[in-house]
Amino acid sequence: MTEQMTGAQALVRALEHVGVDTVFGIPGGAILPAYDPLYDSTKVRHVLVRHEQGAGHAAEGYAQATGRVGVCMATSGPGATNLVTPIADAYMDSVPIVAITGQVASPLIGTDAFQEADIAGITMPITKHNFLVTRAEDIPRTIAEAFHIASTGRPGPVLVDISKDALQSRAGFSWPPVMQLPGYRPVTRPHSKQIREAARLMTEARRPVLYVGGGVHKAGASAELRELAEITGIPVVTTLMARGTFPDSHPQHMGMPGMHGTVSAVGALQQSDLLIALGTRFDDRVTGQLVSFAPHAKVIHADIDPAEISKNRHADVPIVGDCREVIGDLITAVRNEQAEGRKGDYAEWWRILNGYKETYPLGYEQFADGSLAPQYVMERLSAIVGPEAYYVAGVGQHQMWAAQFIGYEHPGTFINSGGAGTMGFAVPAAMGAKMGRPDSTVWAIDGDGCFQMTNQELATCAIEGVPIKVAVIDNGSLGMVRQWQTLFYDERYSNTDLQQVKRIPDFVKLAEAYGCVGLRCERPEDVDATIRKAMEINDVPVVVDFVVHRDAMVWPMVAAGTSNDDIKYARDMAPKWESEE
Amino acid sequence: MSLHTLSVLVENKPGVLARVAALFSRRGFNIDSLAVGPTEHGDISRMTIVVNVEALPLEQVTKQLNKLVNVIKIVELDSAQSVQRELMLVKVRTDDETRSHVLEVVNLFRARCVDVAPDAVTIEVTGTSDKLKAFVRVLEPYGIKELVQSGMVAIGRGARSITDRSLRALDRSA
Repeated sequence: MTEQMTGAQALVRALEHVGVDTVFGIPGGAILPAYDPLYDSTKVRHVLVRHEQGAGHAAEGYAQATGRVGVCMATSGPGATNLVTPIADAYMDSVPIVAITGQVASPLIGTDAFQEADIAGITMPITKHNFLVTRAEDIPRTIAEAFHIASTGRPGPVLVDISKDALQSRAGFSWPPVMQLPGYRPVTRPHSKQIREAARLMTEARRPVLYVGGGVHKAGASAELRELAEITGIPVVTTLMARGTFPDSHPQHMGMPGMHGTVSAVGALQQSDLLIALGTRFDDRVTGQLVSFAPHAKVIHADIDPAEISKNRHADVPIVGDCREVIGDLITAVRNEQAEGRKGDYAEWWRILNGYKETYPLGYEQFADGSLAPQYVMERLSAIVGPEAYYVAGVGQHQMWAAQFIGYEHPGTFINSGGAGTMGFAVPAAMGAKMGRPDSTVWAIDGDGCFQMTNQELATCAIEGVPIKVAVIDNGSLGMVRQWQTLFYDERYSNTDLQQVKRIPDFVKLAEAYGCVGLRCERPEDVDATIRKAMEINDVPVVVDFVVHRDAMVWPMVAAGTSNDDIKYARDMAPKWESEE
Repeated sequence: MSLHTLSVLVENKPGVLARVAALFSRRGFNIDSLAVGPTEHGDISRMTIVVNVEALPLEQVTKQLNKLVNVIKIVELDSAQSVQRELMLVKVRTDDETRSHVLEVVNLFRARCVDVAPDAVTIEVTGTSDKLKAFVRVLEPYGIKELVQSGMVAIGRGARSITDRSLRALDRSA
């Protein structure tokens, strides 16, 4: 049945039909027609944020915590351009979000009208796809297509830019619309020949590693991954985007690889003879200098995006498909191999890896002056808050410590900005995650630099009743940059000092000004009590200012552009590798 | 570096050319020539793109192009099994003395004279880029006043068409 309605009404109706329950946004001139019917919707809750960037990251946090498409909305011009950073972030980390922006009326497009920006043109290289809609009758179909594209295949951001006249004019509405996407056919079924070849290599290898990326959790395949790991006995490394996809407590877990990965994970990759790369993209932060990355390894590379395969590292066995199907098929194929009496023998490999694990555990420096080590805060958070909570990190040292020192047991419980490295991600993303998972505890782990980029969303959290907890790891500086200045720029701290001594701003007072509870913790002996106090407050957001020593550094570290073989587990401390036999 | 000719079927929608061009510039791929036009299907346009790459990046080019939602199909046309043509219009300085010489060159290259003025002729010539290069080389001594050239268009030899399912697409499966 076709009903007549305005484009704006059709938009809201379409959002209801695709199952949207939460939209993060800010109204403005061009998108205003949409906000009128949105006001009446009983199914869609609109959350009024304080900056559009917050809306975008909130949509990402919501999407990553729920596995559903996150939605943000903004007006034309600056409203839309403020979404650019979160859209780029979602593109890099394959987060399914739909951004809806108002555009000036179609006769004005191209005239440099008030609040006009070519947001479709601007976001072309940072969206999976985008649309400019100028006719009311195209709105329902476009919304259906946008959600389909965002959530299927390799997930990603989709922007729908709708001109004001399209929102205001009337057209027929019927649901479901017929999608017209002749060029969009993601492959999800892996090729059986490639699967058999992969299983054969896994059985023959002596030093295999399951190199697991964010795609495995996105495919909902962490249970399958665990089964594959356990039936084969192959060690597992989980990248920054995959923390929690395989339990940290599992004896086969080697830790996180990469620039700040564990010696055992980095060593496992470097000395491997077979990488089984699942839903991962050989990012430079994992590989280090590419030519010397895992030099003796053959590569099985499974990804839903064919363009990732052999992009950075040649794949000997390329497998295009959804990781859940790929891993499921690999389990069957490996079982078949085992039924015929072929089983991998990795005993010597485990002897070496267990040696690395034992000799080079993660560690950190305690300070003689009694000041707080940030890593200790992470350890205590992990112990007290536990693995059922969601941890949402910003970008920098605190992010790496959160990845290293918090124990993750469940897929998707560590949410962060990996590919783009967007400072300011944590607070709004934690807000989105908490709205998607209202019954779970959500901790934002932020740095004092990051926190000052987006903490205005604390107002949104306080007003909308979103009681997140924020641990500000406050070292009074842009810590990761400072670390590089310490190591590579002769301790010349150009523009990284945030002047902690002056306590500007005072984060406790700032939290209180935003209607949150503010706590401060400066000594190791107060950490547990402070965390417990924060855990007891569940009606308003809590901000804890953990004042930590500014000279704490992230170790291990592979310096940018160097080989993973040259990893240091502390300053000037290189691990001793077992030589190849 | 080597030249590869890609025939790309795309949805006939606004902005598709911009998406393709943006992809090439963002990924650092070099376009040697690009031609866009309608096909036998009203809602499908065809781009002929000549890219200058090694074999491995070519795979990246086609995979990245395939990821564009508006791209329907990509086929690489091998020069031995396809007809490849470019069109050139060239304005050559002539006078009463040189005109007949120029017209002789036009005949030799099976080109056509499309406009004549007292001191110049305009010539239309089609062919492969090698032929066009040779043509220009011969005319240069007379004085080339202006030159414009299209991108290459190409079509496979034989009865099959690019829209046939039987034709192997450079597609998603690796």
